[in-house]
Amino acid sequence: MADDKDVLRDVWFGRIPTCFALYQDEVTEKEAEPFYLLLPRVSYLTLVTDKVKKHFLKAVKPEDVEEMWFEYEGTPLKWHYPIGVLFDLHALNTALPWSITVHFKNFPERDLLHCLSNSVIEAHFMSCIKEADALKHKSQVINDMQKKDHKQLWMGLQNDKFDQFWAMNRKLMEYPTEEGGFRYIPFRIYQTMSDRPFIQKLFRPASPEGHTHTLGDLLKEMYPAAIAHDGDAKKYQVLIQGIEPLLETPLQWLSEHLSHPDNFLHVCILPVPTD
Amino acid sequence: MPVSLLWAVDVRGRVYRLSTGGQQWEQCHDTKLEFKRVTAATQCCWGIACDHNIYLNVHASDLSIRYQEETYENQRWNPVDGFSERLLPSDRWQWSDVAGLVHQPLDSFDLPSSGWEWEADWYADENFEAEPTEKGGWTYAMDFPATYTKDKKWNSCVRRRRWLRYRRYKARDSWAKIPSAQSALPDPVSDISCGGWEISEEPRGRLSLWAVSLQGKVWYREGIQHHNPEGSSWTEVPVPGEVVQISCGPGELVWAVLWEGQLVVREGIGRDCPSGGSWIGGHWVVGGGYGVWDTGWGVWFRRGVNSHNPCGTGWIGMVGEMIMVNVGLNDQVWALGSAERGLYQRQGVTASELSGKAWRALSAPRDSERSHSSASTSSLHSAGCFFTGEVRGQSAASDADSDIERERAASGGSPVPATSDLLSDRPGAGGPSAAGLPAQEEDGQPGPPPPPTTTTSSCAPAPGLSSSQSRGPLWSNVDLEETQSQPDPVVEGAPGWAGPDRADTCSLSSVVTYSLALEEEPYGEDGPPMWAWVSGGGCHVLSFPWTALVQSVQSMSLSISPGQTAAWHQQILEQLGQRSKREMENFKHYEQAVEQSVWVKKGTMQWWRDWKPHKWVDVRFALEQFSGPDGNKDGILFLYYNFNEEKKYLHAFVNEVTIFVPVLNDAKHTFAIYTAERTKQRWPIRLAASTELEMHDWLALLSVSCCDSRGIQGPPSKQAIWSVTCRGDIFVSEPSPALEALPYPTPCEQMFWRQVGGHLRLVEGNSVGVVWGIGYDHTAWVHTGGYGGGIFQGLASSTDNIHTQTDVKSVYIYENQRWNPVSGYTNRGLPTDRYMWSDASGLHECTKTHTTTPSPHWTWVSDWAVDYGVSEGTDREGWQYAADFPASYHGYKTLKDFVRRRRWARKCKLTTTGPWQEVPPIALSDVSILPCAAQSSVEVVPLWAISNKGDVLCRLGVTTLTPAGSSWLHVGTDQAFKSVSIGGASQVWAIARDGSVFFRGSVSTCNPAGECWYHIPSPPKQKLKQVSVGRTSICAVDENGNLWYRKDVTPSYPQGSSWEHISDNVRKVSVGPLDQVWIIADKVQGSHGLSCGTVCHRLGVQPLDPKGQSWDYGIGGGWDHVSIRGNSMDPPRICLPSLTDQSVPARGVPHPAQDPEGANGSAGGC
Repeated sequence: MADDKDVLRDVWFGRIPTCFALYQDEVTEKEAEPFYLLLPRVSYLTLVTDKVKKHFLKAVKPEDVEEMWFEYEGTPLKWHYPIGVLFDLHALNTALPWSITVHFKNFPERDLLHCLSNSVIEAHFMSCIKEADALKHKSQVINDMQKKDHKQLWMGLQNDKFDQFWAMNRKLMEYPTEEGGFRYIPFRIYQTMSDRPFIQKLFRPASPEGHTHTLGDLLKEMYPAAIAHDGDAKKYQVLIQGIEPLLETPLQWLSEHLSHPDNFLHVCILPVPTD
Repeated sequence: MPVSLLWAVDVRGRVYRLSTGGQQWEQCHDTKLEFKRVTAATQCCWGIACDHNIYLNVHASDLSIRYQEETYENQRWNPVDGFSERLLPSDRWQWSDVAGLVHQPLDSFDLPSSGWEWEADWYADENFEAEPTEKGGWTYAMDFPATYTKDKKWNSCVRRRRWLRYRRYKARDSWAKIPSAQSALPDPVSDISCGGWEISEEPRGRLSLWAVSLQGKVWYREGIQHHNPEGSSWTEVPVPGEVVQISCGPGELVWAVLWEGQLVVREGIGRDCPSGGSWIGGHWVVGGGYGVWDTGWGVWFRRGVNSHNPCGTGWIGMVGEMIMVNVGLNDQVWALGSAERGLYQRQGVTASELSGKAWRALSAPRDSERSHSSASTSSLHSAGCFFTGEVRGQSAASDADSDIERERAASGGSPVPATSDLLSDRPGAGGPSAAGLPAQEEDGQPGPPPPPTTTTSSCAPAPGLSSSQSRGPLWSNVDLEETQSQPDPVVEGAPGWAGPDRADTCSLSSVVTYSLALEEEPYGEDGPPMWAWVSGGGCHVLSFPWTALVQSVQSMSLSISPGQTAAWHQQILEQLGQRSKREMENFKHYEQAVEQSVWVKKGTMQWWRDWKPHKWVDVRFALEQFSGPDGNKDGILFLYYNFNEEKKYLHAFVNEVTIFVPVLNDAKHTFAIYTAERTKQRWPIRLAASTELEMHDWLALLSVSCCDSRGIQGPPSKQAIWSVTCRGDIFVSEPSPALEALPYPTPCEQMFWRQVGGHLRLVEGNSVGVVWGIGYDHTAWVHTGGYGGGIFQGLASSTDNIHTQTDVKSVYIYENQRWNPVSGYTNRGLPTDRYMWSDASGLHECTKTHTTTPSPHWTWVSDWAVDYGVSEGTDREGWQYAADFPASYHGYKTLKDFVRRRRWARKCKLTTTGPWQEVPPIALSDVSILPCAAQSSVEVVPLWAISNKGDVLCRLGVTTLTPAGSSWLHVGTDQAFKSVSIGGASQVWAIARDGSVFFRGSVSTCNPAGECWYHIPSPPKQKLKQVSVGRTSICAVDENGNLWYRKDVTPSYPQGSSWEHISDNVRKVSVGPLDQVWIIADKVQGSHGLSCGTVCHRLGVQPLDPKGQSWDYGIGGGWDHVSIRGNSMDPPRICLPSLTDQSVPARGVPHPAQDPEGANGSAGGC
């Protein structure tokens, strides 16, 4: 029987093979070769694409270089979503590698946040963790940590150090045993069909009567359409970390094991591909 | 935590008991008797039935209660008949006691009561001074009385032999009447109380039982102990007046209440005189504990009570209307409410705050009403939940309670425990005192409480407070409006205390009450039980159950273990695997977005300098970790120091380190780092961290790093070799296939040891992965199959099979005195003498106040007490005498003795975690598991053990799936044992405390306990102390450190012929399933400054030379125990050393066919 630690490890070391190509119109002096990279699912695009930038800068005229941004089949990719979420949401059912187009001009101000340095990512990441801990422990755990502990979480993510990150993150995953779980489960539900960025509400790991809440319970409450009724054909795929857990999976367990490093459980709901 | 029982009697006289592991009150059905009162101890419960007789209910246990009757048969030689029963007129009787003074023929022995049965008939004892005698068991002497020898000489004129017969106590789990003729109580009994089990541990299981007759006389039951649970006779204890009620604490405290309303305290109770000397007290009320007055129903707590001041210092009134209170184990207080007769437990009672915090109703369904109530309780009530009250919430004691509760909740929304509500609503007792009682508390004078106006219906003592720190405990009011009158913090030393810090306790308590009421689950509609009496004397409940029983709760929580086998869990693992395959398999050649880099952890430490003069020097310490090209992690340790102003460093590659081990050191938080080379040199890198926490952080990190670099993860394998250091730390090593190879085995020093959480004295395993351990407090533990725990948390530890583990050990100091002609023995020594309070060696001063626990993880759980259990014996006050320091001491005073010393012991307790689960309830001193492999997971694995009282036990139902087994089978012996071992072909060998060696005959799968003991002669002039049986080899260690091998053991003659000396300097031996021999060597050259105890491997052991050739020295010193019994991995069989063959493992079921001593039967499965 595999240990649940292996789940954490698998989640952390999930990689998406990606092919970066420079936007046609921006190619200038010489043809830029596509750039192939294994992207960590749990990281952020702008955090792991230094090499991409370096590669394509050689092909672009310096005066044309503005802030780098990415786009997939016409959709600008929000760097502040974890890479795995972007992939599951937009490109899950396509052939690998994932083809991302790189832009250095015409930054889509309406769709994307600026990200001029890693400190912006760090600020975003830490604010997510804090928000998640506010839901889980009324911020008690994160506030008890020292500055260096916060740094350890961030450095763990930035340098892809599983042990370093989890040595600290496990504290965020603890809860008083008598309560049997977090206060609320930090989750976000993304849909391709909607303009809403995501659904995020208060949801407890167990009902007032003490029944364990499952993934199915969450969806029933937040997105009832995602649950296929008996006899009906499945209309939606519910994805967490690129996999489809069974609806009876306890939410608390999912939160502890399949959350991203930002401590949120990111759930993607996609229509079942028609073909 | 072993399961224990809370006893109660309802108003109809039915007796119920509630198990800490159970879910409901169980009625004692086996009798039609109705009871008035019960008083419980851990092992039994006494009761007064409605016929005014006393009954005893001894709990059933796997350990039978046996009593050995003995008598001597004496004979004298005459020329006509030879030895015959014709004795001289001046001689003793033909049948007598050992001294010859009492005539006791075989038929004069009767069973003392109907609770006993004979186990078998009389037989002659053939064991004489640890040696088997010639047939018949006769011992010879020149004349009576004399010293006897087992050999007949020319001048042997008399002989005698001992006859033995055992009787067994059969009346268990049923009420046995204490015979009235025997009890000789002239009038009916009105009250009883048992206690006193803390007065002395010897004889085993002793209890004090006090009874009060209707005429007001007090009686003490003599001779109650394990082997005589009913006791032998009643002794009247004179009292100053007519007593109505009596109560006895676990220690030396006994209180009685007189008709006139006075309380008296018994004085002079002690180890030598458990019934005490005289009563003190008199004119006005003294003494105490809890008193209950039937007029006002108030509850009062007597503070300042301890064994030095049994009267205590003052009364504290408490709010609450209780008809009776009872103080049980761990100072826990149980009470019955006056109105609804519900059962309450006092909340938050700890050693430092005996007053507790609030009453909490305890309600459990009775077995008879279980069916009705299950609907409302089934989801919440499960194992132990009544005692984890905070977590599981309180079930209201009655409908009335919950009604009030609901009203309150509806009106104010302020969650308040039901008890407080109930009490505060009652006029007269609770309400007014909110203002009144604090005033009384604050005067702090030992003033008399309101005298009882009519009769006192109950009084139970606060137990003899053992900790001197808690000298001024006090009860104060149960809070009325949740926070108004919280228990004030205790101020030491009593009078004049006050209550600072009120806010803190208030908030603490309000949290408690909050969570209580939050999870309130009113309990069904059935009529609640009306209790008449309760006794918690046998009920082990900790004062902080919500933290102490975390593990049992955790297993009930939402997510942890049960999921691992669930479909959703399987599916997630499968899908993650598929995801990896889909997204990564074909793209491994892609570049990683984030390059792995070096990660460094730095710190400062002290280092035990390598060169002379050795001393601790400050160093900087760093661990650099990096990922190798193949993804393996590796690291280097750096130690930067200054030498002659020059900066230098020392380094070690993490993958070359063989162990990181904490070292026993009073003064510093020390650990040692060994590599193979340093093990050989007996010179580890010794480092000291500034705090224990820091040391644990480093140890955890270093160990994980080391395991990573060696690619070791997960639980220990079934073949693993276990060892324990003298600090109680547990280590495990994975044997390499060539560990037992001939002629070139893997050298011992190359073995890599990693730590496993927990604290044990010994660990024994076998090759199918059944592993048991025994703690310093003799608790038995079984390995759960997990790893980590203790200092290893998070990723270095498994999650679902780590449990809380506790261990208790004693810290000893010595009080030394010298005799002088003026004042006799005093604590004034000569200037050259040792400290008057010292350690065993006398070199270090150790006073009662300054001696600390071994580390901050240990906490004191008792006060200093004189230790009488010293091996050389002591006098009545615990003194041992000698001519001078340091010398050999003896337990009696002679004219030549000028100094004396006595040992004081204080118990301390460690709470840690590890992959161990307790096997209650019998405490063990030794355990052995058949080392050979079972064929299937359901096959029973034979396991033998010795209880800490010396009983030989055989565990039933042990399989690889249920390693804890099911129950013990008690194997009868004539004496106490200390070591046992089971080896191939179910050969069981055991050693008695007097050094006699026994072989157990006819042990087999069908007959797991075997038939009879064969006494085997010991090696000449040696007393054996430990034995280990491998596949065919039997080795034993004697008290002088010699290792012996049993020669000529064959399947047809498993007893063998004689002992052959292998080696000296041996402390312990472990013979494995391959007949490999490993030991703990006592002293090994070069291990300067390290404690004794080194793991050693016997080289050259092979079928034709089972004694081997020489020792290979492994890890140490400071090791206490090793178990090699898991390693059944056959070495690669090669005759010539050839590197290419080394990797080819031996095939198949493995026994060398040429083994001349190959045992048959199950040995084939080794």
